[in-house]
Amino acid sequence: MRTVVYWDSILSASALVEIRDLNFAYDKRPVLEGINMTIPRGSLTAIMGLSGCGKTTLLRHMGGSLRPTGGYVKVAGQVIHELGQEGLYAMRRKMGMLFQFGALYTDMSVYDNVAFQMREHTNLPEEIIHDLVLMKLHSVGLRGTNDLMPSELSGGMSRRVALARTVALDPMLIMYDEPFAGLDPISMTVVGDLIRRLNDALGATSIVVTHDVQESLKIVDYVYFMADGVVIAEGTPEAIRASDEDFVRQFVHGEIDGPLPFHYPGRDYRQDVGLQV
Amino acid sequence: MSATKTISMIGHRVINAVWRIGMASRFFVLTLLYSGSSFRRMHLIVKELFSTGVMSLIIIIVAGLFVGMVLGLQGYETLQRYGSESALGVMVALGLVRELGPVVAALLFASRAGSAMTAEIGLMKATEQISAMEMMAVNPIARIVAPRFWAGVISMPLLAAMFSTAGIFGGYFVGVVQIGVDEGSFWSQMQAAVDFRDDIMNGVIKSFVFGTVVTLIALFEGYDAPPTAEGVSGATTRTVVTSSLAILMLDFVLTAIMFRGN
Repeated sequence: MRTVVYWDSILSASALVEIRDLNFAYDKRPVLEGINMTIPRGSLTAIMGLSGCGKTTLLRHMGGSLRPTGGYVKVAGQVIHELGQEGLYAMRRKMGMLFQFGALYTDMSVYDNVAFQMREHTNLPEEIIHDLVLMKLHSVGLRGTNDLMPSELSGGMSRRVALARTVALDPMLIMYDEPFAGLDPISMTVVGDLIRRLNDALGATSIVVTHDVQESLKIVDYVYFMADGVVIAEGTPEAIRASDEDFVRQFVHGEIDGPLPFHYPGRDYRQDVGLQV
Repeated sequence: MSATKTISMIGHRVINAVWRIGMASRFFVLTLLYSGSSFRRMHLIVKELFSTGVMSLIIIIVAGLFVGMVLGLQGYETLQRYGSESALGVMVALGLVRELGPVVAALLFASRAGSAMTAEIGLMKATEQISAMEMMAVNPIARIVAPRFWAGVISMPLLAAMFSTAGIFGGYFVGVVQIGVDEGSFWSQMQAAVDFRDDIMNGVIKSFVFGTVVTLIALFEGYDAPPTAEGVSGATTRTVVTSSLAILMLDFVLTAIMFRGN
């Protein structure tokens, strides 16, 4: 028993993100119901589930842009929704978020996009910013694009530039919202590989919200499966692949029918098309 | 039953409108509150001054020229009936400086720069650029909204002045060069009759007010737009419609205050 308690305290001390009994509802429609997660420092965790299952909402709670209706999210020991504007901004400076389609600032060049946070939050001289920006761009393989505007980049390239911008200030926590959405297979592997390498190189902790099973199972340490606002399964990628739980199987192998039916619930088909029975 | 429905619908609309006015006022106060940082970094305002002010110059000058030319024609037509065509310069200048300059320039500004601002900010919101900025611990009102607001407020009076100047030259071209009104009386009567404080300053005050209102409406509509293609297009339309109406209504109020009894 003693050892269990001992391990528990070790685990919580090394956890960067702790989510306990998190509840959230839009108006009265519940989106998240009693979510519990522990994300250890240095790990790369995936949160998977179908579109609309509450993954992105969960991510927004970690970033502090939504307030929970119950429970809490703790990052580095601080309850996010109890921070004031100042505290939240101080916390966000240590976080990086990659948005679904990159969300690069379209009125700035690639260079200025990556330099944005350095200019906003530090007093570094322009020469040092210049070197830092090129280093960040180099780490995603796009040093040559620094003069281009975001509109001149392909989807995969702009995702990588956004990645360079996300890690511009070496955040301790990096969050990815659907990093693979809309990418070709090569870009997908490149982005997946970068997510893993940047996490390990920066000593950061990363959370990837995605519905891309195969790509993320290759790179992550741990997986949470969500459906309808609850965590329905969790485990290491090997455990998830081997899982014989119906929903996980359907999801991992992309089967058409299973616990999630192909047909959206509706009236009886024959009745709808006016057939006499 | 339908009567209660109608009443409740009207009530709903009114509450909505009041709610939006409240939101816009709050937005205005926040913009002023967070303006400090944009004044410390003038290059942000200068960049916006270029895209709202300088880029609107051509349409403003061309429109001003034509409005002035029409004024010259119509003014001559009327004045020569009373044998006072030498007052053409006064008529053109006063008409432009007091009314047409501020009002027409503001209407053009609303449809050229205002709609662009709304669309830009609405699209920034739709592509999560504003959320991204918030996640980077940078206040989007301070970084995106405030510089655009001040650029609009600063450039509007200047654009109105450009409009009036172009208009006066348009009137000169038609009246003096084409029709042959005496050049000396055209300029000297204008100089004698146009008062700096009463006419020019009041015109500047008007365009300053219009600039504030139009820019505020444009920015608020963009910031408040639903993040979809439909939402942004609706917001852009609303910017042009609302600010045009606001300009014309405010113009009446300001004119009534400034020129009553003159």
